[in-house]
Amino acid sequence: MQRQGLRTWLFLAPAGAWFLCMLVLPLIVVFVFAFGERGAAGGYVPAFTFENFANLGARWTAFQNTMVLAPVGTLACLLIAYPLAYFLALRASSRWRTLLLILVIVPFWTSILIRSYAWIYLLGGQGIPSLLNALGLGNPRLINTPFAVLIGIVYGYLPLMVFPIYVALERLDKRLLEASSDLGSPPWRSFLQVTLPLSMPGVATGCMLVFILLMGEFLIPAMLGGGKVFFIGNALVDLFLQSRNWPFGAAVAVALVVVMLVTVAAYLRFTRRWAGGRDDVSLM
Amino acid sequence: MTDRKDFLTREKFMAELYRYKKGSVTRRHFLGVTGLGLATSVFSSAVSGLRSAAYAQGSIGDRVVVASWPNYHDPANFDAFTAETGAAVDLNVFGSNEEMLAKLQAGGSGWDVFVPTNYTITTYVEQDLIEPIDLSKLPNYDPASFDARFADAGTVNGTVYAVPRNWGTTGFVVNTSMLGDLPKPTTWKEFWDMTKAEFTGRTMVHDYQLTTIGNALKYYGYSFNSIDPAELADAEKLLLEVKPHLFAINSDYQPSMRSTDAWMSIAWTGDGLQLKRDMPEIDYVLGKEGGELWSDFFAIPKGAPHRDAAYALLNFLLNPEVNAKEVAFHGYPVADARVNAILPPEMLNDPIRYPAAELLSALEFGAAVTLTDPNRAELMARFKSA
Repeated sequence: MQRQGLRTWLFLAPAGAWFLCMLVLPLIVVFVFAFGERGAAGGYVPAFTFENFANLGARWTAFQNTMVLAPVGTLACLLIAYPLAYFLALRASSRWRTLLLILVIVPFWTSILIRSYAWIYLLGGQGIPSLLNALGLGNPRLINTPFAVLIGIVYGYLPLMVFPIYVALERLDKRLLEASSDLGSPPWRSFLQVTLPLSMPGVATGCMLVFILLMGEFLIPAMLGGGKVFFIGNALVDLFLQSRNWPFGAAVAVALVVVMLVTVAAYLRFTRRWAGGRDDVSLM
Repeated sequence: MTDRKDFLTREKFMAELYRYKKGSVTRRHFLGVTGLGLATSVFSSAVSGLRSAAYAQGSIGDRVVVASWPNYHDPANFDAFTAETGAAVDLNVFGSNEEMLAKLQAGGSGWDVFVPTNYTITTYVEQDLIEPIDLSKLPNYDPASFDARFADAGTVNGTVYAVPRNWGTTGFVVNTSMLGDLPKPTTWKEFWDMTKAEFTGRTMVHDYQLTTIGNALKYYGYSFNSIDPAELADAEKLLLEVKPHLFAINSDYQPSMRSTDAWMSIAWTGDGLQLKRDMPEIDYVLGKEGGELWSDFFAIPKGAPHRDAAYALLNFLLNPEVNAKEVAFHGYPVADARVNAILPPEMLNDPIRYPAAELLSALEFGAAVTLTDPNRAELMARFKSA
């Protein structure tokens, strides 16, 4: 018995050490810094003040942008990814399926930075707007707007949504659909009552993955928002890499972690209730 | 990079490929005309194992890491340095002195050479982030030939910490073909007022507190360097009012000016000149109220991993002939009389590169206090996150 316990500990030790050094300790540092003061030339000076937290209102717009565009981006990803995953899992022939799945991953082979640069040109005045203009559909400003950021988000995060849903749908027992049909259910009803509920674990996982990453996103808003659509991630980068106010940056980071914990907890609760108390709706 | 006629079309590439395959041109011609030869040499210099043995034995190492500004170096000069010494130049581009300071303060930047602006050097010395320059390793540096006005800031308490690279001004570029019936703006007041009205959605400002806040202060006739809370509050009011009318907040404004997505931007001398060279309709304007006069320096951060390569690169770039090529590329004036002596007269007479004395007299050098003033830093951060 004891040897077994020891072995378990040994196996857990690397992961445990990693979590301690890379997650717990940095979080403690961030928490401690949040109560400090900015040094004369920037950086951190030890102190105990709540001023940084009292100042959080100065980044309210950035919080607001994130809290709007992260859920909207997640929803947009879901609406586009679901039909795609459905097609891949249930309609595509097995010959094509592998190729199509690879095509979903291919963009990941290139850095998101380079792909975002491509979008700068696509959405810039010489890109899609000039095409629309030539077709007589007006000349809308796309680049450096929240809409451009949303496009970048959906483009960048789509695969993270497609795969969990694909896996859930692929595992679906097709005999259930036959049974549903035998019992006189039209296809749309089978979808609503069989396919959709059974794919919910994938949906929940995909949404969680995309949403959590979006809350910390800074690259896409920086590139496609032109410094005008500011996420809380951008505010953090700015506080550490430009204005060098580490304590305030730490306070913003703590606030972000708290907001995320609350949202994720609420989300888990909601999906669990929605799934009727089933346990298979989980993160993975 | 700045020459838009420089690229090769797909058709031309295929035509050249067929010519090469048919044997009607040599391999050398094919590689040269398509740029593949250059690509191969850059690639091989990036992979140290492919480099020739002679250089691998060189004492300065195989690379030098440089932190500098956008559109500031002729890649051909770096290639020449690599060919001569075997050390490949790894260039990192920044948008503000604050960003550079933040990297050095955080530690582990890995830089060997960086390019700070005059007003930042005392702070780097106080923070112990910068090394005194060993002038014996820079035979090409001749202090006597430099205009003291642009070289003095490199010396702190009698010790040389930085050697001058070039100087310049901060004004704005405007695409005059977009003006319509409007007169060309000549003041910062007009710059900001036009941004709020006729040029709405078409103006860019730097992601840089010194120039963006400084020139907002000029709207009210305050000093470019003010840290007075009441004056900064006025500047913040203006910036927040203008923000919805901006195209972007970004220090790399050339691509947007070239694509005509942006029509006006706060700009530095060299970008003004590079843009004007390719698009004559773009003018570079020094605001009548004043603005910034600056001087950039080469410096070596504490703990530079390739110090010998850093000195080799500085010495190479301080060679008047190399520096003259840099000037021809980036468009900024230099304070080195040896370089000016070999520049063609049309460059020396260029009104953008060397503005008239009365325009220069209204300009101010950035003040050290603006770099560390917490109110200016936070104002800029608030403006961006608003």
